[in-house]
Amino acid sequence: MDNSKRNFLKIAGFSLLGIGAHPLKKILASKEEPKFLPPPKALPGKRWAMVIDIKKCKTDCYDCINACHQLHNVPNFGNPKDEVKWIWKEPYEKVFPGEENKYTAEYIDQTLKGIEFLLLCNHCDNPPCVRVCPTKATWKRADGIVMMDYHRCIGCRFCMAACPYGSRSLNWRDPRPFIKTINKEFPTRTRGVVEKCNFCSERLAKGLMPACVEACKEKALVFGDLEDPNSPVRELLRSHHSIRRKAHLGTMPQIYYIV
Amino acid sequence: MYDTGKILAGIIIFLGAITFPIWYDAVTGKAATKPEPKIITSEKQCVESATYMRDYHMKLLHQWRDQVVRENMHLYKGIDGKTYNISLTNTCLNCHSNKKDFCDQCHNYVGVNPTCWNCHIIPEEKG
Repeated sequence: MDNSKRNFLKIAGFSLLGIGAHPLKKILASKEEPKFLPPPKALPGKRWAMVIDIKKCKTDCYDCINACHQLHNVPNFGNPKDEVKWIWKEPYEKVFPGEENKYTAEYIDQTLKGIEFLLLCNHCDNPPCVRVCPTKATWKRADGIVMMDYHRCIGCRFCMAACPYGSRSLNWRDPRPFIKTINKEFPTRTRGVVEKCNFCSERLAKGLMPACVEACKEKALVFGDLEDPNSPVRELLRSHHSIRRKAHLGTMPQIYYIV
Repeated sequence: MYDTGKILAGIIIFLGAITFPIWYDAVTGKAATKPEPKIITSEKQCVESATYMRDYHMKLLHQWRDQVVRENMHLYKGIDGKTYNISLTNTCLNCHSNKKDFCDQCHNYVGVNPTCWNCHIIPEEKG
């Protein structure tokens, strides 16, 4: 036997090197092309937001609501208890509760009487719905959109309780029979799933503006990137006084109203 | 041996009962037939090879779902180098337009009931 201690250590040393071979092979072989790619025409944006010029918004006009609800297969159950809504209208008192004082009645009567405010998901910077969701079915994207993954929603409605804006609706029944004309490009929802506005993430991926913005003939809705100082939303916020719904709650809503 | 007749009769009845699935098909002539999914399309190639799709389409669809909804990845590079828009109704069902003769064939055979169609829309079937 010429197996000296020296030879034994040599062999042991080389064997140890061998352990590193597999991870090394993995690193060298990982030049594989990615299988999944981002949409090429997507609108670039770091923080999407919307400015609504309420003076331009016509009371009897429902173009934006119709466009949105048709595009996204939003059912109409014809019953306020079961109502499912992505974008809707409410009068001032209901939209900005707590803002009134003894004299606002005078002011509201004069300028805001009969004006209905357009409401949708505020895509909050600090979304309470996301914090309470037990399944991560809702989350905030890097570009600020509060998304829903209907596949993961278990219908617990914690998010509905958490949202101070009533932006979320549950499908108490199968919504399919209550959709007038089904848009085949977009899926419907199923029973026991919560739904809400998605800031038209599917249209942004195609390089299109949200459907409500496009549908508005008065150009009352302006959509854009808040992080871009030259964006139309920033321009409007610079030049006008704007208010947000229940901003004192700390949710940092990203729908701004010019009144 | 006591009660030979009763025991034998019992054994015969028992054997008959447990072999029910075997002789039932032979007697009624309703043997389960191998599913034969049909595709009506001019495309030659799916996003991955046919064998891969046969074995793993459910996993691929789950991956597609998570990537498009959660990661905002809307395109998939297929085996042929082409990129496909990730969409069940608008990409998969373009070729596999006959759900009854394609999807349902195997799904019924193996007794699975995928819930995809509760939300995703099935295009109207031709013929």
